[in-house]
Amino acid sequence: MQFTFLNIGILTWLTFLPLVGMLCIFFLPQKKSQLAKWITLGCTTIQLLLATIIYIKFDRTLAGVNSIEGMQFKEIFPWISINSTEWFGKISIQYFLGIDGLSVPMILLTAIISFIAVLASWKIEKSVKGYFSLFLLLNTGMFGVFVALDFFLFFIFWELMLLPMYFLIGVWGGERREYAAVKFFLYTLFGSVLILLVMLALYFSVTVTDAITGEKMHTFNMLAMMNPQNFENNSLLFGLHTYWRYIAFIALFIGFAIKLPLFPFHTWLPDAHVEAPTAISVILAGILLKMGGYGLVRIALPIFPDAAIHYVYPIAFLGFINIVYGALCAMAQKDFKKLIAYSSVSHMGIVVLGIAALNTQGMVGAMLQMFNHGTITAMLFVIVGVLYDRTHTRQISEFGGLMNKMPKYSALVVIAFFASLGLPGLSGFISEAFSFLGAFQTHQWLTIASTSGIVLTAAYMLWTFQRVYLGTLPEKWNSLQDISKRELLMLVPLAIIIIFLGIYPTPMLELMNTSVNALVEMVKVK
Amino acid sequence: MQKTLLQLSFIVFILPLCSFLFLIFFGKKLRAEIFATSVIAVTFLLSIFIATIKFLSFPQETFHYSFSWINFPIKIETGILLDNPAAIMLVIVTFISFLVHLFSIEYMKGDVRYSRYFSYLGFFTTSMLGIILTDNLFTMYMFWELVGISSYLLIGHWYEKTSAANASKKAFIVNRIGDVGMFIGIMLLWNNFHTLTFEGIFSSLNTIENTSLLTVAGLLLFCGAIGKSAQFPLQVWLPDAMEGPTPVSALIHAATMVAAGVYLVLRIFPLLTIEALTVIAYIGAVTAFIAATIAVVQTDIKKILAYSTISQLGYMMLGLGSLGYTAGFFHLVTHAIFKAGLFLGAGSVIYAMHNSIQALHHTKNHDVDAQNIFFMGGLKKKMPITFWTFLMCTFALTGIPLTSGFLSKDEILTSALVFGNHTNNFLLPLLAFSTVMLTSFYMFRLIIVAFLGNHIDEKRIEHIHESPKVMLVPLIVLAVLSFFVFYSFNPFSVSNSWFTKIITLPRSLISTYLPEHRKFAVTPHQQIHTLAMVVSFGATLLGILFAFLLYYWKKISPQKIAQKSRLLYSFFSQQWYFDRFYNIFVVKGTLAFSKIFSWFDVKVIDGCVNGTAVLFQKISFVSGKFDSIIVDGIVNFIAYFSGMLGLGLRKIQTGKVQTYIALVIVGILILFFVYK
Repeated sequence: MQFTFLNIGILTWLTFLPLVGMLCIFFLPQKKSQLAKWITLGCTTIQLLLATIIYIKFDRTLAGVNSIEGMQFKEIFPWISINSTEWFGKISIQYFLGIDGLSVPMILLTAIISFIAVLASWKIEKSVKGYFSLFLLLNTGMFGVFVALDFFLFFIFWELMLLPMYFLIGVWGGERREYAAVKFFLYTLFGSVLILLVMLALYFSVTVTDAITGEKMHTFNMLAMMNPQNFENNSLLFGLHTYWRYIAFIALFIGFAIKLPLFPFHTWLPDAHVEAPTAISVILAGILLKMGGYGLVRIALPIFPDAAIHYVYPIAFLGFINIVYGALCAMAQKDFKKLIAYSSVSHMGIVVLGIAALNTQGMVGAMLQMFNHGTITAMLFVIVGVLYDRTHTRQISEFGGLMNKMPKYSALVVIAFFASLGLPGLSGFISEAFSFLGAFQTHQWLTIASTSGIVLTAAYMLWTFQRVYLGTLPEKWNSLQDISKRELLMLVPLAIIIIFLGIYPTPMLELMNTSVNALVEMVKVK
Repeated sequence: MQKTLLQLSFIVFILPLCSFLFLIFFGKKLRAEIFATSVIAVTFLLSIFIATIKFLSFPQETFHYSFSWINFPIKIETGILLDNPAAIMLVIVTFISFLVHLFSIEYMKGDVRYSRYFSYLGFFTTSMLGIILTDNLFTMYMFWELVGISSYLLIGHWYEKTSAANASKKAFIVNRIGDVGMFIGIMLLWNNFHTLTFEGIFSSLNTIENTSLLTVAGLLLFCGAIGKSAQFPLQVWLPDAMEGPTPVSALIHAATMVAAGVYLVLRIFPLLTIEALTVIAYIGAVTAFIAATIAVVQTDIKKILAYSTISQLGYMMLGLGSLGYTAGFFHLVTHAIFKAGLFLGAGSVIYAMHNSIQALHHTKNHDVDAQNIFFMGGLKKKMPITFWTFLMCTFALTGIPLTSGFLSKDEILTSALVFGNHTNNFLLPLLAFSTVMLTSFYMFRLIIVAFLGNHIDEKRIEHIHESPKVMLVPLIVLAVLSFFVFYSFNPFSVSNSWFTKIITLPRSLISTYLPEHRKFAVTPHQQIHTLAMVVSFGATLLGILFAFLLYYWKKISPQKIAQKSRLLYSFFSQQWYFDRFYNIFVVKGTLAFSKIFSWFDVKVIDGCVNGTAVLFQKISFVSGKFDSIIVDGIVNFIAYFSGMLGLGLRKIQTGKVQTYIALVIVGILILFFVYK
């Protein structure tokens, strides 16, 4: 199945359309810089349409994961091909895009969140052109990560996001923006170095035969890396359960765990969130965190299933720590946005716990949790942003009684808050329940301990809700306006998705069904 | 017919939901109260129809319709399970809900969120009906939580008040603690049975050899009931929940939602082992006793009723736990009726008190509490209908003969006696009978202080009036329904009534029951029943006598008793120090933990990150210095040295031939000496 336009595949369009938009913005005259917003909005709208096409046309029966036949909307071209020195071998990097059930939910999420984020950026006045070109660049990086199947290409996209993110936080952020931006950049870069090392180690260990020339050569193809037969005898990562494979897995895991973020690598997140402008917080929590989880299921688990099984208990333990630790930290926060940031830490712990279940229920729960957390947290950050735009403060203690002052807004807040605390009927519940159900089979006591997070989440969410929205309104906020149409346009679609998936999660589940099963089978065999 | 009944049940379930959604969006544009009440009236009529057909034509059948809701990653089949308990609950819930709607029309008039209130009532009713009709534990858990949230919304209806906001939060969180236990139980069951439908679980019970697993699973599920039915040790949320509007207390916190825990135990009854049942019975008995002792010293009319509710729920649990399947459920039904009557009666009193206080607002009545019974008195004359209906419901609650409560309470006491006798748990009947006495004491204390005697303020009593008709109708209906005749034609026994015919112990009791348990669970115990009846009636009379001695004839001064046993008095009035204990150890403890963790996060973990950054800064500083002083120093030194050398050597570049010749000669001489 292939959809092309101008002989270019749909995934390429999806990924590189923002770059086209960026070029357009470059050539905008300074006077018309406001047009940049519309260009960006146009790009994300088209992406949303493309993602919808993908959603409709996606074949739910194909598994993908490690089989090239199962990948859909494939685009494979040789990209870099150099005959290098003998010991290095022929360098061959493919432009290899393709998607399966693991990536489609993420693509949908990215398209939705990007669209929302553009709307959230509408009030940006400081160097509009710069902001939106960086935004579009970031967008390319995000989609690239989710469609790339060549490790080298993946890594390029992975790194590509860093730069715009750094500037978006560092220039358009809050008071301590430089500190936060540098911290984010260095932290992620540290993870990238680990990923890079593993990538190179894999490259030198994996050999495939070129289909055309019959020549033996190394490859960055992820799918080839998932096949143990492709590992050259006596190469570094050859075999199963070897010392080096464990080390490589740990390095890869840390690289992704930083993005996730997993305790104890999470402290960049609260700072980055607090300092970032609303739209960037939305992207950060909605999409960037998911890349960590996506990296685990797309790369770390299928390539190193043996090591994943070996370390499954520590991983689950980290998930448990994230859940409880994040919730307790959230409870102590005085800054509304920081509280939401820590709640992300807690909720991403459920993803890790679900993945560590290494069974279908847990993995599906984890994948769904990534999607749901993306929508719910995006909503929460928009909610904080709406308040901050009006009051220029985020201190919880400054608020109270907003429910009466801003009824429409508060109704949406209720949905987001209750979804976040896992109320049945809203999407967060299903994914949490599945993650726990799956994890319970593998890690009984850890899961039981983790369920305390359910109570803690309810406690800090309701407490925050009470402090900000219930009670009486401080006089200084007497002139607060209820939310505008633009803000409604951000929150209402998210609320609809949250409610819909809470009642009928099947459309999302059937996307992942076959792929997750295949992934679980791969891990089980080892 | 089966299909029609199931379809109708689904309509009953969905109608209040529609009312909720409709009122949320358009509530302010129409008369919300009329809309909501008529919707609920329709569901009530439908429920009556369903139940009648069910009992008359298919008394033994179980109707079941299920469809698969989620196929992946676990198959979750959900559907409607319509059996006799469900049919009865349908009627009870829609009936009380209807009466509460009716009552609220007047009671809540002029409220700031009038339409919102009615929409939430609809939401609650739907969630509750969901619990009743669902056929599996997963969706039951979902509705369970939804009931929790609707209770949250309704308790916090007046959220501007800090106490109301606090109470709603507390209710939800305490409930959630129980729910987590229930969820763990669900996971455990799913792990072992790979299904969550009641049918599926019960049919494969025999395959489980490890009965301790069933005990654990059953008790974990029971945790949910402990939360929702306010059982020891999670009973603390219910008294606070009285912050909600009084009709809400009647509907949710007396008649229906709190009974959900009892209903859950009923639903999972076949998987409860004798060990689990014993624990349930103890929890019930202890709860009943604790709550009754606290009710004795309360002064707030709603709080007294709240503790009495906890106590009665304890009875139901005790009944179920001591294998009195029919008895426990029967008490649920009768209690729902008379307790709703009592709460609505209290609502009527509070309404009148409130209006009288407002009428006198210009004087100095700011410190009058509309809910404190000691500010009432003499209401009988002013509010006769409220009084008589209240009295009738009180009779039922305390178990005076000819009332419904008498019938159901005796059944429970009989079960407790039989069970205690057979299993040597003598504490169970002991606690149960002492609670009977306490119950009649605190209820008649309430009646005497609030309704009889004289009002403490002559002026205010002038402004107290009987409530309007729309509020009185529900009271009368509920009071009438507290008569025995609706449940059994024999005022002293239910053994041949319609109720015991349709509600029977599930036949599929698990094999773990010892034969003697099975025997005493199903055989009638005429003698023990008579004994229970006589003793409990004696205890009731004793309680009433004490209440009259203390508060009517004032032969004994309650203040003196309180002073003499000060420790005990404060122990009861402080609710056995549960709240204080939880506040210090759970709430404060968690907050302290959260502060510590947050400190740890900022100082230690982030400290490490920043420390690393600083360390590298320092290293780079040192290496920078190294670079500029040593590395660059060497380079500069070499340059300097060469320069100096050059300067030195330049001295001999004089350009004079004589100097060069002299140097050459000196050189030759040196060479000559060296290579001689």
